[in-house]
Amino acid sequence: MKDRKILAYRRKNGRVGIRNHVVILPLDDLSNSACEKVAFNIKGCMAIPHPYGRLQFGEDLELHFRTLIGTGANPNVAAVVVIGIEPEWTNRVVEGIAKTGKPAAGFSIERHGEIKTVEMASWKAKEYMHWASELKPEPCKLSEVWVSVKCGESDTTSGLASNPTVGNALEKLVGIGGTCSFGETTEITGAEMVCKKRAATPAIGKQFMAMFDRYAEVVDRNKTDDLSGSQPTKGNIAGGLTTIEEKAFGNLQKIGKTINYVGVLDKAVAPTGPGLWYMDTSSAAAEAVTLWAAAGFVAHFFPTGQGNVIGNAILPVIKLTANPRTAGDMSEHIDFDCSAILRGEMTLDQAGDKLLDMLVRTCEGRRTAQEVLGHVEFVLTRLYESA
Amino acid sequence: MIQFLVHEKGDSVGVATVDIKAGETAEGLFMDSQKKVKIKTNHNIPLGHKVALKAHAVDQGVIKYGHDIGRVVAKIQAGDHVHIHNLKTRRW
Repeated sequence: MKDRKILAYRRKNGRVGIRNHVVILPLDDLSNSACEKVAFNIKGCMAIPHPYGRLQFGEDLELHFRTLIGTGANPNVAAVVVIGIEPEWTNRVVEGIAKTGKPAAGFSIERHGEIKTVEMASWKAKEYMHWASELKPEPCKLSEVWVSVKCGESDTTSGLASNPTVGNALEKLVGIGGTCSFGETTEITGAEMVCKKRAATPAIGKQFMAMFDRYAEVVDRNKTDDLSGSQPTKGNIAGGLTTIEEKAFGNLQKIGKTINYVGVLDKAVAPTGPGLWYMDTSSAAAEAVTLWAAAGFVAHFFPTGQGNVIGNAILPVIKLTANPRTAGDMSEHIDFDCSAILRGEMTLDQAGDKLLDMLVRTCEGRRTAQEVLGHVEFVLTRLYESA
Repeated sequence: MIQFLVHEKGDSVGVATVDIKAGETAEGLFMDSQKKVKIKTNHNIPLGHKVALKAHAVDQGVIKYGHDIGRVVAKIQAGDHVHIHNLKTRRW
């Protein structure tokens, strides 16, 4: 496949975004209220509330900062207003985002009170909205659009058709020099040796196994039963999936057959070059997609079997299904129905092309089902308890 | 009409792409070779669920995607519905 031209937003740091959000970002749970009030005052900007950010420490705190800074730095975001309870951590987030060259400003509630803070932050948000609304999409290349992939509410139709469709599209994107990522560490259980072999070098395969073993140890240490009540999920089982091994081999269909991953990433860490990257994420959809958004991915392919409704605040989630029942009774959540593959009326190659067409349309402004339905999930991953 | 698909040669189960009724002789397709296969079903096989293409003894593996996807915990005949009642993970 040849690279394709698209119209998108090129940010100061050179990265390409397909949305133009002005985000009102709370540092902590206490500042959600102020952020939502600013977003109510200033039409068009978006508050993304979350429940954390107080008394975290160590690696868990680093991940919190990395996720917030990464979210603000994402090329789908034009400008950011950060609000926190106190100025020090607030400024750390602002400074991290400002390194991209985009406008970012911070406001802290202590010594002002919430009403005054909302007033000051609203003035700044208004200024940013006017500025962002005049930014124009410019000619960019499809290969500059970083795409992450994760499936959810999978069933056997995922492994048969919707996941291989994503795999086909990823082979084509990586072929034109694109940057893509997969993850879901726990849902590789049973297929981890096959996944290890898909690394570009044995050393990278070893890095994957280290991440896999670490996660497996967490599951082992904390499980109270054999986990078959959670993995596969009740929805997976209703759809015909029986074991985690079966789910894992279906899951891996998303990375196609001909491409190898060129590196492994810790949570919310940006890749350093083109190609397919493995990221160590949870298999919970909203958590994982939030981590990819924070790593700088600007579009997401989400194949579903039984019908998952997930979205993300800043990362458009393009959903596809091969299950004709889901395409029928959950059609409002589905952007691309590829159930024709199961009827032998569409090949995987054709389905991959159609999915890429949907990606191009999404880049150029088509709102995804998730965006239109207002699914703006923003779910931070926690590593352990607060202090 | 194709009623089930088999991922590849050597797989011991197929996946129903429509609801299949017990007693039907269902028509399937190997996705790798495009070869057709028929199986008389012993149970209803709902869309997305697995049908055994051969007999499996207890403790044998069920093969799908060319890989072992779990341990047989109750004897399976060719044409049986394969799911959580006769197949368990080898992991957790």
